This record gives sequence, C-alpha cells and structure tokens, in this order.
Amino acid sequence: MHFGRIYAVILRILYLMRGSVTRLVSPIVWPTLDIVLWGFISKYMGTIASPGFNFATAFLGAALLWEFFSRAAYGATMAFFEDVWSRNFLNLFASPITIVEYLTGLVLSGFLTAVIASAIMVMLAGAVFGLSYAAIGLLAVPCLIILYLFGIALGIIGIGIVLRWGPTAEWFIWPMPMVLAPFAAVFYPVATLPSWMQTVSSLLPASYVFESLRAVIAGRPFSWFMLAIGAAIAVLDIVLACWFFQRMYLRAVRTGLIARYSAETFS
Amino acid sequence: MPSNPLPVLAVHELRKVYGETVAVDGISFDVKQNEIVGLLGPNGAGKTTTINMILGVLSSSTGSITINGIDLAKQRSKAMERTNFAAVYAPLPGNLTVAQNLRVFGLLYGVQHLSKKIEELLNAFDLLHFRNTKCGVLSSGEQTRAGLAKALLNDPSLLLLDEPTASLDPSAAQQTREMICQYAKASSVGVLWTSHNMNEVTDVCDRVFFLSKGTILLEGDPKSLPSLHGKSNLEELFITVAREPLTLEKD
Repeated sequence: MHFGRIYAVILRILYLMRGSVTRLVSPIVWPTLDIVLWGFISKYMGTIASPGFNFATAFLGAALLWEFFSRAAYGATMAFFEDVWSRNFLNLFASPITIVEYLTGLVLSGFLTAVIASAIMVMLAGAVFGLSYAAIGLLAVPCLIILYLFGIALGIIGIGIVLRWGPTAEWFIWPMPMVLAPFAAVFYPVATLPSWMQTVSSLLPASYVFESLRAVIAGRPFSWFMLAIGAAIAVLDIVLACWFFQRMYLRAVRTGLIARYSAETFS
Repeated sequence: MPSNPLPVLAVHELRKVYGETVAVDGISFDVKQNEIVGLLGPNGAGKTTTINMILGVLSSSTGSITINGIDLAKQRSKAMERTNFAAVYAPLPGNLTVAQNLRVFGLLYGVQHLSKKIEELLNAFDLLHFRNTKCGVLSSGEQTRAGLAKALLNDPSLLLLDEPTASLDPSAAQQTREMICQYAKASSVGVLWTSHNMNEVTDVCDRVFFLSKGTILLEGDPKSLPSLHGKSNLEELFITVAREPLTLEKD
C-alpha cells in the first residue's frame, strides 16, 4: 500500500471541489434542502401529535443519518465518476496505482464528502429545528460506523456496475439509496412492512440501525446484539462489494474495456 | 553498448484473443536502453492492443512482458513505476490545471522532489504560462506537450508514445521529436513509438517492426528496410504491408 497514491486520488477530488462551485451542490445543497424539508415536517407533526414523542429526533435524526449513508455512497461513486467523465481511465490505470489503493482513495473521498455534508446538516438541524442528540448519545457512533460501511459497500457496487456496463449505467446508481429507503425502514418500524419487505429489510444493515434508534428514542429496551448483527452484515457487504468490484475490474482488463473508456472519445 | 544488458522491454510470444478473433498473434520483440523502436502497421494491425498490454490495462491471453526484468503479470505496479506513456487519445483530465495534473500524476508515480520536477517539465515543454490553465481549454498542441510532460515525470526507463505528434503542426512536431530524441540520448530510456508519419519514423527510430494482422511481418533499420524489399521509402513499404502483406511474407 502506497499512501502517496491514495493521497493522489483524494487530492484530485479536493482540486475539483476547490475549482468548481457546482461540485459543492451535491454534498451541501441537497442535504441542506433535505433537512429543511424534514425539519418542517417534524415541526408540523409535533403540533398535531400527542405530547411526549420527540418528532424532531425521530424524523429529523433519521433523515440526517440516512443522508449521511447516502453521501458516503455517492461520495465514493462521485470520485469514480470524475475519472469516467474526464476519460482518465487509461492514464490512471496505466500508472503504478493498485486497485486496492484506488478503492481506498475513493472510499476516503466518500468519507470526506459525507463528513462535510453531515457537519452542515447537524449544525442546521440543531440551530434551526432544535434537534438534540442527548437522546441518542454515544449510540450515534456505532450507528454512523454501520451506515458508513453500508454506504461504502453500496458505492463500491455502484462503481463495479459502471465499470462493467459503461458510463450510461450511472443512472442505475443515483436512485440506489432511494430504492433501499423503504426497506431500510428509516421513518417507520420494520413491523409496518409486509412480510416479504421485512425479509429484505433483515438483509440491510441500515434497518438494524434505525430500529435501534427508534427504540432508544421511544424509551424501549435497546439490543446491542441486533446492532452487532447490523454491523456484521455491513462488514459482509463490504467484502462482497470488493469481491464484485475485483471481478468487474479483472473483466475490464481482460476485455480491454478500461482502455476503450478513453479511446471511445475519439472513435 | 548499454551498460545494462537487460532490455528495458522484452515481449515474448504475446498473444491476445477476443473470442474467435486473434488481435495479436504470438509476437516477440525487445526495446533496449537509449533505443527508439517504431511499432508500425495499418489500422487494426494490433499496435494499440500491444501497447495496452504493455501498459497493463489489457491482459494477454498468453505470453509474457517484462519491463526492466520485472514480470508485468506478477508485479504490475512495480513495473509501471518506471514506465510511462503519452497518447493522443488519452489527454490529461481537462478539469484540472496543468500543474494540478502533474502533481496528481507525480504522486501516482511516486516522484521524488515533485515540485522541482514539475517546474523543470513546465519549463522544458514551454508550459509555464499554462501552469494554472485547465487542460481542457488548451490547444491540441499544448495538450500534447502537457501529456508529454506527464510522460516524463517519473524519468521512465520505458516510454510508450502512441502517435505523439499526430495533432501538432509541422514546426511543433519537429520540436517535439527533437525534444524526445534528446531526452532518449541523454537518459537511459527505451522508447516504443507508433506513428503513421513514415518520414518521422525514418528520422527518429533506430529500429522498426511492421505489424500486420497481429504478427510481426518485418523488422529492421527504417533507413535500409525499404530498399531491402525493393521499395524507395518507408511509406511505400507501409502501403505494401497494408495492402499486400503476402508479397512481403514471400520475401
């Protein structure tokens, strides 16, 4: 592992973010709009529901964590798309960088954007809508780690899909978190779902996180064991995502797809 | 004679098959230090496929490639540390400036004293004025120079140049050729050069290989090779390779 090469992947993203205001839209503007939307929904729900239940923590907190997950996934794929859009594959993969170093660079780039987005959302949610983290406490740490790992796994799978099916496959990538959201039971208990959706839900680490958070906020008993299952699934997802990406990469090297990503520009 | 007896590039029985199509059919050649070798052939002959395999972005079906004695299949990253390339179809990312691109690629290639090296190359390729210009808005000639600067960042032992002067005007092309030739003489680099400009190849290459349908049809000194096959110049020989390769096989 050569850290200079990993830094090169991250530095490229930093240069791009510094050089173009539009690149800040994705990690800053969309999450901000999300918080504003869910903030007002929570505020309204608080006025019509019975007192005692903290809608700000339940809804806004859930929206914030889901956004953190989405940003982790999008962050890694966005860094990869920068190489796709600028036809940089040939220059990049003909350099000494290894696939592990490249993926590590993408993952850390994703972490960077997720942290930027989350910091803004946390400040906004706290200052404008009075979101308090006291109810969640230190539980937020394992929850964030699980969601980050799951987000990165999703991002790596997205990268593998684009590597396999080409740049046009990016339209499969953007809706992925939205497709998963109903199954992850972000805003409602898993028990609300029909049984087949509950089965899918049990395979998603995010559902264990949100079930745990709801239990804590509602003052019900909370199970570390369930959270551990979520963590184990997230780690398994990372392993499977890396395996999938490795297969797609080797296929791209065998078929010459990596070289053609660049050459297509001029054909 | 070079002090290092190992060729910088040794290709042995290299073959690439796509389904039923044989793109490269068991070719073997080498490139030595201080040597500029031309890889010639008509479109579809297998030149770019060969270069992609040497760059490690395309796996071979069979055969081996060693760079500085390092087996590419086993130690790709190490082999690429002393290899670089420039190709007209692989410009530097247009959304970064020239200096940013050189820094990113300098880090990827693990270049020591990177800032100093970037300044040297910006100066050598007359890019100082474009240091903070995004590569995407450079003219094609300036983009070519930026690509060549990136190709020399790591003082490569093996330099692959795929049509390096294709987008340059005659004056800029000559300057670029001279620059590369001077660099090749001053360093221990071996250069593999593809071009469709036969005058250029005659001027710069010490040896040439003619590829046709994935195999090496001819090999030799570009200045003497045409007359050996009854042709007046390299361009005439090229046309024969492209249109009537069987007549040369009989030679």
